[in-house]
Amino acid sequence: MSKRALHVKLEKLEAPSVLVKGLELGIGRIFEEEWEEPLGPTPFPSITTLRDWDMKLLKRYKPFYMPFCDVCCLCTFGKCDLTKGKRGACGLNMAAQQSRIVLLACCIGAATHLGHAKHLVEHLIEKYGRDHPIDVGGEHVYIEAPVTRLVTGVRPKTLGDLEDICEYLAGEIVHLLSCCHTGMEGDNLDFESKVLHAGMIDQVAMEIADIAQISALDFPKADPDAPLVELGAGVVDLEKPVILVIGHNVPPAAAIMDYLVANNLYGQVEVAGICCTAHDVTRYNPGAKIIGPISWQLRFVRSGMADVIVVDEQCIRTDILTEAQKVKAPLIATSEKACHGLRDRTHDDPDEIIEDLLTGREPGALILEPDKAAEVAVKVAVKIAPERKRFKIIPDVAGVIEEAKKCTQCKTCARVCPAELDVPAAMAKAKEGDVSALAALYDYCIGCARCESACPQGLKPHSYIVAASEKEMKSEKFKVRAGRGPIRDTEIRNVGSPIVLGEIPGVVALVGCANYANGGRELAEVAEEFARRRYIIVASGCAAMTIGMMKDEEGKTIYERYPGVFDAGGVVNVGSCVSNPHIAGAAIKIASIFAKRNLRANYEEIADYILNRVGAVGVAWGAMSQKAAAIASGFWRLGVPVIVGPHGFKYRRLLLGRQDREEDWYVYDARTGKKVYVGPCPEHLFYAAESKEELMVMIPKLCMRPNDTTKGRMIKLTHYIDLYKKIYGTLPPDLHLFVRRVADIPITMKEEVLEFLKEKGWKEMEIPDPTLLPRLIRKKE
Amino acid sequence: MSLTRSWMIAEIPGPTRANVITKPEIVAALIRRHKRPLLVVGSKITTDIGGESMADYVIRLAKAANIPVLASLPALKVFREKGFEPAAAMPLADIGARLVDPSWQGVDGKGPHDLVLILGFRYYEQWLLLSGVKHFSDTMLVSLDYRYQPHANWSFLNISLEEWKKNLKAIIEKFGG
Ligand code: SF4
Ligand code: SF4
Ligand code: SF4
Repeated sequence: MSKRALHVKLEKLEAPSVLVKGLELGIGRIFEEEWEEPLGPTPFPSITTLRDWDMKLLKRYKPFYMPFCDVCCLCTFGKCDLTKGKRGACGLNMAAQQSRIVLLACCIGAATHLGHAKHLVEHLIEKYGRDHPIDVGGEHVYIEAPVTRLVTGVRPKTLGDLEDICEYLAGEIVHLLSCCHTGMEGDNLDFESKVLHAGMIDQVAMEIADIAQISALDFPKADPDAPLVELGAGVVDLEKPVILVIGHNVPPAAAIMDYLVANNLYGQVEVAGICCTAHDVTRYNPGAKIIGPISWQLRFVRSGMADVIVVDEQCIRTDILTEAQKVKAPLIATSEKACHGLRDRTHDDPDEIIEDLLTGREPGALILEPDKAAEVAVKVAVKIAPERKRFKIIPDVAGVIEEAKKCTQCKTCARVCPAELDVPAAMAKAKEGDVSALAALYDYCIGCARCESACPQGLKPHSYIVAASEKEMKSEKFKVRAGRGPIRDTEIRNVGSPIVLGEIPGVVALVGCANYANGGRELAEVAEEFARRRYIIVASGCAAMTIGMMKDEEGKTIYERYPGVFDAGGVVNVGSCVSNPHIAGAAIKIASIFAKRNLRANYEEIADYILNRVGAVGVAWGAMSQKAAAIASGFWRLGVPVIVGPHGFKYRRLLLGRQDREEDWYVYDARTGKKVYVGPCPEHLFYAAESKEELMVMIPKLCMRPNDTTKGRMIKLTHYIDLYKKIYGTLPPDLHLFVRRVADIPITMKEEVLEFLKEKGWKEMEIPDPTLLPRLIRKKE
Repeated sequence: MSLTRSWMIAEIPGPTRANVITKPEIVAALIRRHKRPLLVVGSKITTDIGGESMADYVIRLAKAANIPVLASLPALKVFREKGFEPAAAMPLADIGARLVDPSWQGVDGKGPHDLVLILGFRYYEQWLLLSGVKHFSDTMLVSLDYRYQPHANWSFLNISLEEWKKNLKAIIEKFGG
């Protein structure tokens, strides 16, 4: 593939409905000669191709900015004070600066996923060849890459196709990043439109990464019965050598499993993971184990349980080498993106590297070749385990009490703790010999160790919390269904109609990282509540682990109690972060398979369809990363609202609708062209909630869509009213905005609701065939 | 240590920072000087102050000084449990979006609020909300929390709950409560 800038050439493309003979990408690379689906209007979109659609969204869902900083310091004209309408030396104002920072974050996120995808695809091509076919579900999955098809107009058939598409994505990210340069974009809404573009590019990148690994590494292929795998710090068999894998890019971890099998060591060495590599290594081989989300990293490492630590990329603690050294565990870095200061040993003899690591001559090694990294990791783990004897730096309880005596109650730790935990109070109790207050913080602590960095006395509150909870940590034994990958076309056929008509009240996607304000339990409770209410629950990444970390009285986790099907009451783990596009893909497939809309390069129409008809909402309760920002923006452009937890306010801008502005909520009736008021559905595009209860009422609310039938709306309202009443004791004050006909009202609540509607002066509303796109109007009035 | 240091040490704002409320009279005067004050209240008003909660003081202040309360959703729950009905309730996110909209006619529909007294959110939530409103509106912002909030126009320093209670009592008394 030439490295020259790519261009898209459409041969014989006359109108959206005309069949194109070939879609040429780059130099002589012709995709798809015989695809009966006509090419839509926006193949390989550039950064302005979908700007009109973006502006439609942004007109309704206006950015609310919450600057994290009053100044800009991005160039040497600065620092510039941007407070209260002041402009910087380049002319930029605060709104544009905030949206620029959001764009920067999304570019980082998208570049990270694309970098991940590229490395993965290149590696898999090296191993399996460019012609290795894409197969993510055999006959169950005809639409193998819904996002890629939708965005690019290409139907990828081989790993080689995926590599070529990456070139297009890379080009877009370069353009987007360049928009952040001083003296480039000046308008905040244009920045926001570019944010949405970055999100869309990110979705394609993630999809490429996941379908490549599903196809080549034989992960579960759209399998609702993917195996249950072990989850939790307590599932690791400490009698065996333990290799801890951390990160997101699975080849080194997969190579470790291969090495164990090939050398008759399988079952004799534990391979346990943190973050998405954990998901993906269990998809590769269910004998691997998942410790938990990123917040378990320090706990686990400091507890001395890992004999060797292997890191790939993303979500690795950047002080991992220091921490590994403390517990005498060699560190093997395997990605050129995260070398951690280690010497490159890629071309060295494995035995030499092993010798250096075992003798402690070197604290770790950078090995950029997965098979070699695997061999070194396994051999070192086997040899070092008996010597290390689980050497840990977590003190025992007596040690904690002794240390606590040095605490001066200066409260510095409390003033840096992102979870706002009352560490000083717990330290005061510990001083008296009672560590229960420290133990009580365990479930709420996100494991950042900022308290330790800040303590003027050099105390280690995070370690003390872990020490006080050692028993709890060791008893963490759960089950999670291994990531199943895509949703089957047959599943979409079954649920398409009930979702679009509103009879399945919604699809709730629990995604993203573990920066929870009140610990992970809240998310598990939310999953449980909505699964019970027969919403479809889909999960990915750290969130998918978290919801598995709660058991019922019988000791069963949510994955053991609910089926893994994409259907009402199903709890579906799609997989790691890069599996997120299967969630977006399900929404796209509803439009395509159920509603028979063309999806090929037809982004705007499909997004319009999803926004108006598919009651899906994303929840990223502990979102922290730039990747999470990019993932969320990919959902927004597609018309799927996203709710984040309290820390999500720190993304510094929300996209909020205003239910009090009637004029914002008109759509066209595609049958007549008439403009019709449909109420604030869905009310917000990007929303941060203060509490779990607030989240519980926002989920059913944001699942309402203008297209709901009266029966569907009745079901959705039943959940909204029921949850609101349970929590706040009254009917929701905005209920009248969501009732269109008397038939929408839940039967059991009819009298009460009618009374309320009367007070509000409610009038019946029309139920149109909703669209925001004038070109979809079939007959003008 | 500088006296006007943010409670969360790294949350440094920039060129502007709140004036310090050194005595309760300042808050009373600010309330008197403005025509349309509003109390914006979040989830943390459950904070215990020697058997009472912050919410009790908010209710007393609202009643004594006749200031409408705009509760965030978690705060609504707390108020209702105490038998107090705020003038309006909406999510924190919606509160922010309305406070920066000059055409928003307030909780009673009678016009924009010229003074916002705010308390009871997580430190960083309040910090961000105040930042958003400070940059994009001219409303006078007073943080009534016991932790220094630099993005307000006026804020207490980082004070103890005991001290906070004394201050609030004094403010309420100024309005005959
Ligand atoms: S980019 Fe613009 S606002 Fe930022 S420091 Fe430079 S001149 Fe100032
Ligand atoms: S920072 Fe250290 S000395 Fe200060 S209260 Fe916290 S643990 Fe104690
Ligand atoms: S490690 Fe835990 S207690 Fe320490 S600052 Fe982070 S969240 Fe707070």
